[in-house]
Amino acid sequence: MGLIEDRFRKNTVTDLADFGINWSRKMSLWPMTFGLACCAIEMMATGASHHDLDRFGIVFRASPRQSDVMVVAGTLTKKMAPILRKVYDQMPEPRWVIAMGSCASSGGIFNTYSVVQGVDTIVPVDVYVPGCAPRPESLMYGFIKLQEKIEKDTIAKKA
Amino acid sequence: MTQEEIVKKIEENFEEQITGVYYFAGQGNVSVKAKKILDICKFLRDEPGLEFDYLADLAGADYPDRPYEEGRFEVVYNLYSTKRNHRIRIKVGLPEDNPVVESVVGLWVTADWHEREAFDLYGIKFNNHPNLKRILMPDDYQWHPLRKEFPVQGY
Repeated sequence: MGLIEDRFRKNTVTDLADFGINWSRKMSLWPMTFGLACCAIEMMATGASHHDLDRFGIVFRASPRQSDVMVVAGTLTKKMAPILRKVYDQMPEPRWVIAMGSCASSGGIFNTYSVVQGVDTIVPVDVYVPGCAPRPESLMYGFIKLQEKIEKDTIAKKA
Repeated sequence: MTQEEIVKKIEENFEEQITGVYYFAGQGNVSVKAKKILDICKFLRDEPGLEFDYLADLAGADYPDRPYEEGRFEVVYNLYSTKRNHRIRIKVGLPEDNPVVESVVGLWVTADWHEREAFDLYGIKFNNHPNLKRILMPDDYQWHPLRKEFPVQGY
């Protein structure tokens, strides 16, 4: 959106454009799976038929180039941290990050020499999903919260 | 073969190498000197009747309160014989200032990664190891985190 972003004050045209753009973005969130630990099992369960993320338009992709939201599911070790950052950098903008579970949010119970104390020290996080591991309902709620956040985005000049 | 018989067999062949023997939960533990560990392991693997063909585990350990002569670090070999269905545990004490022991990769290939782990987390060096580098911590890591003086949350 480089051509028109941040160029106009909020008006009817930007409002209409926002509605269309945000609607199409939030209704086809394609997550990059970043399963690191047991949270990944819950993430897979959320994507599978019973809870079925597909009905939100959420389809898991295996490549960061095709994704626009990264679900960091599990404990991030310091050895893995540069790889997480690299995968995040490979994702095209606009991109979002969901920190799934207490380990990804804050390090959780692993307050040790080898574990990153929250992925927000490595990448900007949009939604934190608490739980250990979060139930699929929690992750779905996190996705809905992210959709609500995307809805509020605008191409107009910010304040 | 019973545990006592295995221990006796080691004692017969490596009398001057043994520093201590005890039994725990029905299993024999033989502490030996580091110098001839390769000979002892080769003996345990090849001797008819013993035939410890499987290294179930190799682990490092840190006992900072031990007297210097006993060695602060320890390498523990858990051996199992698939042919005879018996086990034995061998322990080697290593001094704090120079924890070096001969590698047993030549006898049991599985020792490769186990020794790398002990090197990574305790700083125990294994002579003649084919690829002695860190296995768990990042390559540029400076410390050996399972040593007792290392703070839990790292530096």
